Amino acid sequence: MLTDLHNKDRLQLFFGLTMGIIFGGLLQKGGLTNYQVIIGQLLLRDFTMFKVVSSAIITGMIGTYFLKGEGLVEIHPGSGSLWTAVFGGLIFGVGFGILGYCPGTAVGAFGTGAIDGLFGILGIIVGAWLFSLIYPLINDTFLTKEEFDQLTIPEMLGINHWLVIVLVVVILISVLGLIEKMGL
Amino acid sequence: MNTWSPYLVGTGIGILSWFTFLLSDKTIGVSTAFVRTAGMIERLFRGDKALEKPYYEEYPPIIDWGWMFVVGIAIGAFIAAKLSGNFKVISTPDFWSQQFGNSNLFRWISAGIGGIFIGFGARWAGGCTSGHGISGTLQLAVISWITFIFFFIGGVASAFIFYSF
Repeated sequence: MLTDLHNKDRLQLFFGLTMGIIFGGLLQKGGLTNYQVIIGQLLLRDFTMFKVVSSAIITGMIGTYFLKGEGLVEIHPGSGSLWTAVFGGLIFGVGFGILGYCPGTAVGAFGTGAIDGLFGILGIIVGAWLFSLIYPLINDTFLTKEEFDQLTIPEMLGINHWLVIVLVVVILISVLGLIEKMGL
Repeated sequence: MNTWSPYLVGTGIGILSWFTFLLSDKTIGVSTAFVRTAGMIERLFRGDKALEKPYYEEYPPIIDWGWMFVVGIAIGAFIAAKLSGNFKVISTPDFWSQQFGNSNLFRWISAGIGGIFIGFGARWAGGCTSGHGISGTLQLAVISWITFIFFFIGGVASAFIFYSF
């Protein structure tokens, strides 16, 4: 763990910006700042987004668990419940289909000159603000029911994480192979 | 369009995630920055009283790593688009116009409404397509895999219904 480095606040802001620039550049190069590509994924006509995300998961997962094994990084799995996943996920999905960008790709789209991306960004800020209003009402009831409190799949199954990683890689590559075979 | 292979881009994002863990002890995530921005705007209007809101106590309206990361996304996409000659001010994407007509106002209002659902839903779900969809899934977080599936169930249903009009 490079704890000293993590505590250098100003340098970390610079790292955040730099890594964001790389991420934004990659999103643009992958075509994911393009409305047609994102909505094409949701209409199941264009699987670019699935291909990008799957290869990011495969690469990221293997490297991160390797670094974790070497004691160089700590992972930060989130927490939540079926309630946050299903309800929050579906509300997000409604907006996803209408906007045709997700938060990161809306920001990226705006960077490439898409004005509708800017309106998406403004909407997301309003949505996050509306959530801040109802948060006190639901925090003690729905949101704190954290069934999956920082739990990973290998922890849940009680098996070695490399077994899960191999399984996830095999499944994702099989699905990708099928998608390529179908020409999507 | 001058795009790269999606597999190359995805691999690049995966490698980037190694460095966010290693150098910054952070995960790639976007939607938290929107809460912080909402808080900053509210603070402009209500002053420090805004900071008493419980949600802002959890996510203070400050410029942090994640906020800079989101600013970086816009800059990085701009640079990449400029370098490949793809930068173009577009009010409404063609793919939208083919389905819903040329009204910019209609597209902008729809985009704003879609954004509201996204912002609300992402905070309810505790993350978005990057936080859960990439960072959470690659850490094999149970909650992220379930949430990610529901993002897509909702998104596919919503897009199909919307595009059937």
